[in-house]
Amino acid sequence: MRVTFTVNGRRHEADDVWEGESLLYVLRERMGLPGSKNACEQGECGSCTVRLDGESVCSCLVAAGQAEGREVVTVEGLAAYAKERAGSAHTGGLAPVQQAFLDAGAVQCGFCTPGLLVAADELIERNPQPSDADIREALSGNLCRCTGYEKIMDAVRLAAARTGDGAPEVV
Amino acid sequence: MASATGPTGTSTRPNQGAGTRAGVGDSPLRPDGTLKVTGEFAYSSDMWHEDMLWGCTLRSPHAHAGIVSIDVSEALKQAGVHAVLTYDDLPAEMKNYGLEIQDTPVLAHGRVRHHGEPVALVAADHPETARRAAAKIRVEYEELPVVHDEASALGEGAPLLHPGRDDDHAPHVPHPNIVHRQPIVRGDVEAAAGRAEVIVTGEYEVGMQDQAFLGPESGLAVPAEDGGVDLYIATQWLHSDLRQIAPVLGLPEEKVRMTLSGVGGAFGGREDLSMQIHACLLALRTGKPVKIVYNRFESFFGHVHRHPATLWYEHGATRDGKLTHIRCRIVLDGGAYASASPAVVGNASSHAAGPYVVDDVEIEALALYTNNPPCGAMRGFGAVQACFAYEAQMDKLAAELDMDPVDFRQRNAMSRGSLMPTGQPVDSPAPVAELLRRVKAMPLPMEAQWESADGGADVRALPGGLSNTTHGEGVVRGVGYAVGIKNVCFSEGFDDYSTARVRLQVAGGEPVALVHTAMAEVGQGGITVQAQIARTELGVTQVTIHPADTQVGSAGSTSASRQTYMTGGAVKHVCELVREKVLQRGRELFGTHHPAWATAGLLLEGGKVVTDGGEVLASLADVLGEEAVEAEDEWRHRTTVPFDLETGQGFGHVQYSFAAHRAVVEVDTELGLVKVVELACAQDVGKAMNPQAVVGQIHGGTTQGLGLAVMEEIVVDPAAKVRNPSFTDYLIPTIADTPTIPVDVLELADEHAPYGLRGAGEAPTLSSTPAVMAAVRAATGRALPRVPVRPEHIVQV
Repeated sequence: MRVTFTVNGRRHEADDVWEGESLLYVLRERMGLPGSKNACEQGECGSCTVRLDGESVCSCLVAAGQAEGREVVTVEGLAAYAKERAGSAHTGGLAPVQQAFLDAGAVQCGFCTPGLLVAADELIERNPQPSDADIREALSGNLCRCTGYEKIMDAVRLAAARTGDGAPEVV
Repeated sequence: MASATGPTGTSTRPNQGAGTRAGVGDSPLRPDGTLKVTGEFAYSSDMWHEDMLWGCTLRSPHAHAGIVSIDVSEALKQAGVHAVLTYDDLPAEMKNYGLEIQDTPVLAHGRVRHHGEPVALVAADHPETARRAAAKIRVEYEELPVVHDEASALGEGAPLLHPGRDDDHAPHVPHPNIVHRQPIVRGDVEAAAGRAEVIVTGEYEVGMQDQAFLGPESGLAVPAEDGGVDLYIATQWLHSDLRQIAPVLGLPEEKVRMTLSGVGGAFGGREDLSMQIHACLLALRTGKPVKIVYNRFESFFGHVHRHPATLWYEHGATRDGKLTHIRCRIVLDGGAYASASPAVVGNASSHAAGPYVVDDVEIEALALYTNNPPCGAMRGFGAVQACFAYEAQMDKLAAELDMDPVDFRQRNAMSRGSLMPTGQPVDSPAPVAELLRRVKAMPLPMEAQWESADGGADVRALPGGLSNTTHGEGVVRGVGYAVGIKNVCFSEGFDDYSTARVRLQVAGGEPVALVHTAMAEVGQGGITVQAQIARTELGVTQVTIHPADTQVGSAGSTSASRQTYMTGGAVKHVCELVREKVLQRGRELFGTHHPAWATAGLLLEGGKVVTDGGEVLASLADVLGEEAVEAEDEWRHRTTVPFDLETGQGFGHVQYSFAAHRAVVEVDTELGLVKVVELACAQDVGKAMNPQAVVGQIHGGTTQGLGLAVMEEIVVDPAAKVRNPSFTDYLIPTIADTPTIPVDVLELADEHAPYGLRGAGEAPTLSSTPAVMAAVRAATGRALPRVPVRPEHIVQV
């Protein structure tokens, strides 16, 4: 079958898609967007988290056909997405969560990072001043094996603080 | 970073590079960080090639069976299938591989020895096509009796896993189903036990833990025109892979060119080969690039796990709290193939007494061959299992003596000069008592921390969390302590080295260092540290890290907490060679211009040659001109020797690393649910090369130890089949399960090591588990001799 949907603001099309293919597979293997990760492919680790019409979803659990005609945001489009949300004319650079993950040392092997960034960005969009318990609850579907989560907590606190301070959303 | 107090080490702050920004001791951003946060970093599962095929592995559904026949005809008929391979298709004389003992078949031949063993391979144009074709391969099995524990492995008439063994350990093991056995005997245990006023014994059990790295086993093999193959792969040690891959392919090593792809974590689970040979075989057979990516289910079968263990201990002490003796026996289940079992036995035995002074010991450790899943390297490597048991014993003894458990440990803590059970002196700082003091001195988290401002309960902070199982009723707090000791680098006489190639040249008017090693960056930040070292040693700002590949000599394994020590040491050493060459060139070109070229100590700082008094003699750009200065060398740590096979005596380890934890837990004593509220750690790292990264290692190791304590176990049934190969059923700590982890870093230099550093990655994984368990015991009063602890152990229904 053919699927057509928008990814990071651009219309993408894939042909000869087998009905059983997930959104994750089509993004990674057919659309040249391997940023969303394939750590478990059973909806337990969150490394494939993307936004589907604004909602955070595990793209491994979404059939590609279900995305037909819808809007997908992946880690590759996160900076532009955050920029647009902030109404910034500034181009380039990273989203605040991306910069905060770097600054806080929240990236080690990095395999969980794309999913965590999408989830953390969604949290801050929804709840600009999350408590620690809010952060833990919002990110409890994203497994990380390297960091022990301490620096991920630091990064999300930092991103929220920078966003809330009226600092430019895109740094 | 905390400054050194208590025992002191020598300062090794280098004069060279002392003023360098983003050098040794700083925490510059990771060079791969931006790519990792934008999704552009290419992991091994992201590899893609025009016209590539997908490989799939057919695995055994049985733990032990004869293979009567294999019929691949139906699979071959399926449209889209390019090749189906079995044992009969292997191209070379060599059909096995293995880290130390080549006992692991590339594809099963006549017999499968564990659940999930690879039997056949398929290459097809779509991963689902490959999976469906694999399902059409007809394999007729004849099930065999299963060896699954010590009794069934060593009993009369037990089936032998590997009859006709001729490996190095075969002559000294008491039974062919024992991979390796290491006794350690020192002093006179009989006499010492006679002096003991208190004796405690215990039997402990450690479940099978999985590394659960997130990036699945994966890679891309591309056949080359010269008949060789280019392999893009995630591994911990490129050259070890190469040594095992080339003979099975029937190719000389230079025709198997390996490049490290992005590695999504490792933790020991990538020391052994997984899909490397399989992808190469399919690529060479089909003439097309072949990608293999395991899903999580297959990943649980695709790599070795941490050895489950049963440990018997006897500890004795005098009334005044001095250890008299230790007797122990540690049985590790190595599963069907040897993997790293011999080295794990060496580690379990030599660390069996923990970081304590005890002159009279009788230790025995062994690893079994069984039909359980193969076990090998995982962070902590033998020392984890021992630490869980000896720390439980130390608490038991303290209780018998009516002593504070920290005080009791401090009375027996080793220090510089103390002897290991192997007779090896610990000849660098060993601040065991100090680390315990530091974790104990940290402020405790507030009581009833789940209470919200309005007097209600935030269930997220309670055992059971959002399951909303308690609002504080039945919840009891416990506090526990533990400390551990772990060796660093490869031991027992292994020729452990790392190779570095460093080139210094001018690009765009500025000196740039290019560092090339084969070190596997698996997430730990080794490449960040390499760049820091090059900046410090060469006084430059710009450093480029060449991708790791087999076009340079071996860097050894990214394991045993060794890469900062070893490849860091190699980069430092080779930078020094480059520096000498640069200075020599400077003397030749400009020596006549200024007498200081001949008389002063010269340094490279800020892109210039300066005297140790700070006078600038020349810019590097002028000294180098159009020329590049390059050096390459191997670098070794001090030599070790094998442990004596009967007494276990010998200078077997390079360096020791120490960490201590304090755990604060809250237990719902009615439901048996545990909430770890805080897990504080103090660790001596010798020198914090990159403070942010080393604390990240401590956090990560601590959390894996927490997982082993309260949730992580691969459940293997009596038929030796894996019951929970998924992240639905094999639980690793989430951010909601993980507490705050305050870290106190001590830096007592080890004068034998580059910059005084101490390998840091593993020690925090050791003491975390027993600290949590001590806290759970304190809260519940239960003995809890097994990890992971389950609710039914706590409530004992």
